[in-house]
Amino acid sequence: MPLILEVERAYEAAKRDPGFDAEWRRLLTHYVGRPSPLWHAERLTAHLRAKAADPALGAKVYFKRDELNHTGAHKINAVLGQILLAKRMGKTRIIAETGAGQHGVATATACALFDLPCTVFMGATDVERQQPNVFRMKLLGAEVMPVTSGAATLKDAMNEALRHWVANVEDTYYCIGTVAGPHPYPVMVRDFQSVIGEEAKQQMQQAEGRLPDALVAAIGGGSNAMGLFFPFLDDPSVEMHGVEAAGRGIETEEHAASLTKGRPGVLHGNRTYLLQDAHGQITEAHSISAGLDYPGVGPEHSWLHELGRVNYVSATDDEALEAFQLCSKLEGIIPALEPAHALAHVIRLAPTLPRDQIILMNLCGRGDKDIFTVARHLGVEM
Amino acid sequence: MNQTGAASRIAERFAALKREGRGALITYLQAYDPDPACSLAILRGLPGAGADLIEIGVPFTDPMADGPSIQRAAQRALKAGATLAGVLAMVRDFRAQDAATPVILMGYYNPILSYGIDRFCCDAAASGVDGLIVVDVPPEEADEIEPQARAASLDLIRLVAPTTDEARLPRVLAATTGFVYYVSITGITGTRSATSAQLAEAVPRIRRHTDLPLAIGFGIRTPQQAAEAARLADGAVVGTALVDTLAASLDEAGRARPDTVRQVLDQVRSLAEAVRAAGKQAA
Repeated sequence: MPLILEVERAYEAAKRDPGFDAEWRRLLTHYVGRPSPLWHAERLTAHLRAKAADPALGAKVYFKRDELNHTGAHKINAVLGQILLAKRMGKTRIIAETGAGQHGVATATACALFDLPCTVFMGATDVERQQPNVFRMKLLGAEVMPVTSGAATLKDAMNEALRHWVANVEDTYYCIGTVAGPHPYPVMVRDFQSVIGEEAKQQMQQAEGRLPDALVAAIGGGSNAMGLFFPFLDDPSVEMHGVEAAGRGIETEEHAASLTKGRPGVLHGNRTYLLQDAHGQITEAHSISAGLDYPGVGPEHSWLHELGRVNYVSATDDEALEAFQLCSKLEGIIPALEPAHALAHVIRLAPTLPRDQIILMNLCGRGDKDIFTVARHLGVEM
Repeated sequence: MNQTGAASRIAERFAALKREGRGALITYLQAYDPDPACSLAILRGLPGAGADLIEIGVPFTDPMADGPSIQRAAQRALKAGATLAGVLAMVRDFRAQDAATPVILMGYYNPILSYGIDRFCCDAAASGVDGLIVVDVPPEEADEIEPQARAASLDLIRLVAPTTDEARLPRVLAATTGFVYYVSITGITGTRSATSAQLAEAVPRIRRHTDLPLAIGFGIRTPQQAAEAARLADGAVVGTALVDTLAASLDEAGRARPDTVRQVLDQVRSLAEAVRAAGKQAA
């Protein structure tokens, strides 16, 4: 507890310091490349209109292009905020957990920039299936610690990072990658990621003169979705759809749909929906996307789920693979497998909405890291 | 004293040891490690081997405060079919033969939450459990389980660490009954040990804030370390060292061998001898 209370105090102080915000925004502009563009996906829109049952149907689709950020995903937004916080706290080492490796790469990048030693905990299974990102992290000067405990995936990496942190709290800051974990992390990561929704709201106003009608984002821990949704929560006309990974199908045992198929529990210092057995033991998640492969979800998503403010749905591995290919061919954008899940829901949703409605999807990561996985699933030798 | 007015087994045991002029040996093993029969046989043998209080680890898939030894123990136990209900049944079996040795369950919150807090506290008390250590429910979240534990006359033992500062200590101790568990290192179970000087400084710091018995755990492996901790404080908790002995006694498939029980109990005997020989530091 003392260690997270220290983070909370430091974060509350940083939030009140205009200099902290100014430095973070300077980095977002000049290092990350924000604001990320808002892209009207015209060919995808036309394609989905052609599939609509009625010519009056087929909503207009926009992408918030966070895949264009430096390091290739939205993770860097919150990492830079946290690294600035760590420096304020006088911490001299950074640790992080990572699943797909995107958060690990973002953390390793920020640590290179700020000359801080960085250790990334990564499940041994994920180290195996995300080799390109492992190599990236090493190039950036980070140490990658394969975690063999449990199922050797993201939740075990988080366990191990927490264990390491309590043993090294004097000099070490734990940079968490999503809106989960003990307070203040869910709130802090949400605040940093809200830059996505804040920009999108303004950009949509410029492009269309109004708010979008529906937001769609993928949910693993839920940071990219929370970043898009949060600034729109008080706009009742805006519907929101969070898309969980259904893996091989939510009727099977192999999925990562914590909200759809889990129930409330306590893990990693937060009370939230978890995949668990009848005895409260945590079960393994499965998804083609290592970034969605987590048996929990950020606690605020659980809250929004119970409130009914956000509609949580799911997309299977196969649906995500199809969306991945469609986006590549129609828009010339190779999405990461995580937003490919969001896109799979857009493909279902757009043809059911009137033509004058607007869907805004968070394209939160690029697919370079996934081409090997996708090739393997498509039976292509590389 | 707990709410019913009767002294708990934990309080009685510490009071009796105080009269004897020595500290307690508190042992920790995971229930169902490596299988329910072997685990129960060890449990039944512990008082005779010299354990003064018994902590039973409740297996969990994600034991965040535990090092590799206890993580592996949890995996063996879960594979052997451990459930919270099964652990309580084991305590009932133990209680049929031992009415005096305090039993404390140590584990994580989610299996308890899943079982149902009210039902769990009632069933635990009825099974003969005396106290709970719920690693991932900090005093800030005490409302989660404290009222139900109090109502069932279960002690809630809290962990105090070197990082628990003067401002926080009173708050943690106010939420503690039974005894205070001093985690002597910043870190996880079974990794490193505190020095004598660190312990000698920490014990009076905590004693200034509480009259509860104080046990020291995390990093106590040898009879000498146990004797020293029990002398400085009111008890020494030995866990990982016993779990390691148990693990080393298993066959390649992770099954108990005929002398698994004896090996673990022999180690408890040598720890107990050292603790008893050490006596108590003159106050």
